[in-house]
Amino acid sequence: MGVFTGVFTGVNAGEWGGFIEGRLGTRLQEDPLEKQASVEDLRAQVATRGFLGPVDYDLCVDFLYNGLNPDLEDVNLETGNGWIDLRSANILWAPVPWMDLKIGRQTLTWGTGDLVFLNDLFPKDWVSFFNGRDVEYLKAPSDAVYSAMYFGDWIVDLVWSPRADTDRYLDGTYMSFYPFIFTADDPLQTHRPHSGDASLRVKTTLGDVETALYGYYGFWKSPAGFTAEGVGLFPDLQVVGASALTPFAKGIGNVEVAYYNSSEDSDGSNPMIQNSEARFLLGYQQELQTDLSMGVQAYSEWLQDYEAYTENIQPGERLRDEWRQLLTLRLTWFQMNQTLMLSSFIFYSPTEVDGYARLLAEYKWSDTLTLSAGANIFAGENMESFFGQFQDNTNMYVALRRWW
Amino acid sequence: MKIHIPFYMILLTTCSIMLADEPLTGDAVAEMAEQAAYYAGKDGKSDVHMVITDANGQERIREFRVLRLNGEDNKQMFFVYFNEPADVREMAYLVHKQGGGAEDDRWLWLPAISKVNRIAPGDKRTSFVGSDFVYEDISGRSLNEDQHELLPGEAEYYVIRNTPKDLSKVDFASYDVWVRKDNFLPVKAEYVDEEGKVVRRVTADKIEVIDGIPTVTQSTVEDLRRESKTVNTFRNVAYNIGLNERLFSERYLKRPPREATR
Repeated sequence: MGVFTGVFTGVNAGEWGGFIEGRLGTRLQEDPLEKQASVEDLRAQVATRGFLGPVDYDLCVDFLYNGLNPDLEDVNLETGNGWIDLRSANILWAPVPWMDLKIGRQTLTWGTGDLVFLNDLFPKDWVSFFNGRDVEYLKAPSDAVYSAMYFGDWIVDLVWSPRADTDRYLDGTYMSFYPFIFTADDPLQTHRPHSGDASLRVKTTLGDVETALYGYYGFWKSPAGFTAEGVGLFPDLQVVGASALTPFAKGIGNVEVAYYNSSEDSDGSNPMIQNSEARFLLGYQQELQTDLSMGVQAYSEWLQDYEAYTENIQPGERLRDEWRQLLTLRLTWFQMNQTLMLSSFIFYSPTEVDGYARLLAEYKWSDTLTLSAGANIFAGENMESFFGQFQDNTNMYVALRRWW
Repeated sequence: MKIHIPFYMILLTTCSIMLADEPLTGDAVAEMAEQAAYYAGKDGKSDVHMVITDANGQERIREFRVLRLNGEDNKQMFFVYFNEPADVREMAYLVHKQGGGAEDDRWLWLPAISKVNRIAPGDKRTSFVGSDFVYEDISGRSLNEDQHELLPGEAEYYVIRNTPKDLSKVDFASYDVWVRKDNFLPVKAEYVDEEGKVVRRVTADKIEVIDGIPTVTQSTVEDLRRESKTVNTFRNVAYNIGLNERLFSERYLKRPPREATR
C-alpha cells in the first residue's frame, strides 16, 4: 500500500510541449549606438508538466540562439543571457489543505494594470518587451517560494525570493537610452542586490468587487540609483498599495494605487538615488462589438519631494516632471474565425509629450503554425523623455512559430 | 463546444407539470428543454473533442475538459481546461453563470504569464475558441430573451419557435428547436434569417444513456453562411461525481484540479 491515497495517488509522466520560433526585427532608422537589427532569435522551447504523488512539477526551458548576443557561451540564468533561458523549474504541493506552496523558478504576476505596473514588483524583461519578442517574455522568471493561503473568501499570497531578482533592464546591449553612453561593448554596470525580497497580497471579493492590498519589501527592480563611478544600483524600496476591480457599465473597471518608499533617499535630496513616488491607475475595458475589444487606462506618477529633487539634480540627469501622466489605449480585433488577431496598444503621455505604440498582427495558419508581424514605435518631442529617449530603437519584426 | 447538450435530465418539476394535464405552452416546453439540456445531474464532466472545418476544408482541432456544477436558481459554474491546440494548452476558463439573464462572471488563466484575467462581458454571439459554436451555446441563452411559441408538433417532437425580443443583439430572426417528447432533449435547432432561410443548424447526432441520463455524445453545428461546420465528440462523460464548489475558484484556476487534468 502506497503512502499516498485518494486523488493524490500515482504518477503522471507529464505532458510535453513547446515550440520552435524564428524572429527577426530591424530598426527603422539608424541608431549610432546599436546594430541595425533589433532582434535575431532562433528559439526552441521545451516544457513538461506532471505530478509525482502529491507534488506537481513544471519545467520549461528555452534554448536560444540570439544573433545579437555578443557572447552565447556567457550563460546567465538571471539575465537570460546565453544559449539557455530557464523559464520555469518548480514544484507545487499543498502541505496543508489551505495552502499551495510553489518552490523554484516561476513567473509571477499580480495587480490590475494592463502593461502598466504598480504593485507588481516581480521582474520584467524590458529588453524583450521593447524589441519585439512575444509579450509573454515581458515577465521574467523569479526564483522564489510562493505560498498561496486560502481562508474562506480570503486569499493571502506571500512570495519570498532569497535573492531578489531584478528586471532584465536596459543596459545598452540591445537598446539605446538617455544619456546615450551605454553600448553593447560598454554596457551599464550594476551592483545587483544580494539579499532577498518579499511580496504580499491579501485579496478578497466584496460583493462584486475584487479587492486587494499589497506590500513589497526589497529593492527597486531596475537601476534607480548610481554610485559616483556611474555603476547602477538597486536601492532599497518598500511599496504598499491597493486595488479594486469590478464589472462596471458594459465592461470592467479597475483602480489601483501604490506608494513607493525609496528609503535610501527618504527626503528626496540625494540626487544619486531615485525619489519616492506615488502611483495611480484608473482602467476600463469593454467589448465594443463582436470580436473587437477596447481597454483604456489613465496612469499618474507623482514624484515625491520634488523641490529637493530639483534643487539637487545633477547636470546631465534627465529631469522628470513632478507629475507624469500616461494614457493607454488597447484595441484588439479578431478576424477570420479568430485566426487573425490585430492588436494595437498605445501609450501617450500628455505631460512628457511622448508615446509608444505596440502594433501586432498574428495569423494562425494552422493549429500548430503562427505567423506574426509587429512594430514598436517610439516618439517624443525630445530625446530625454521616458519614451522619447527610445526613438532610435523604433523597430518592426516578423516571427514564425511552430508548436509541437 | 455545445456543453449544454450532453448534460441532460428530466427534473421532477418537469414531470409534475406534465401530470398537471394542462396543455403544454411554448414557455413550458422551452423551460423543460433548458433544464434537460443544461442542468443534468448535480454536476458533470466531459472531455470535448472538437473538429472545426472551414469552407476550404481545412480542419482545426480543439480539445478540452469541462467540469460543471449546478447551483440554486439556475446558477451554474463551469471550468474549461484546454489541452489543444498547443498555443492554448493549460489555459483554463472559469465561468460563474448567474442565471436570470444577468451577465456571467468569467476569468481566464494564462499560464505563460501566470495571470488570472477577469474577462469583460462580451457579445454572447461571439465564436467560442474559433468554432461555429457561440458563447451562448455554452453558457445558455436566457429564456427571457425570446418569445417561445409551440408549433404544431410532429409525432416524436415538440417544435418550439423562439423569437428574440431584441433582434439587434442577434444574427438571426428566429430559431426553431425540436424537443423530444419522451425525454425533453433538444435534438435539433435551426436558425433562420429575415427571409426565412436557414443560416445555422445544430444537431444532436448520437445519444447514449450515461449514468441513467440520456446524453448527446456527438453534435454538429453548421454555419450555412460561412459554409463551415464544427463536430463535437464527448468522451468520458460522468454525472454526479461529487464536485465541490470550492473547485470553481481562483485557486483552482491557477492550479487546475486533477479532476480537470486527467
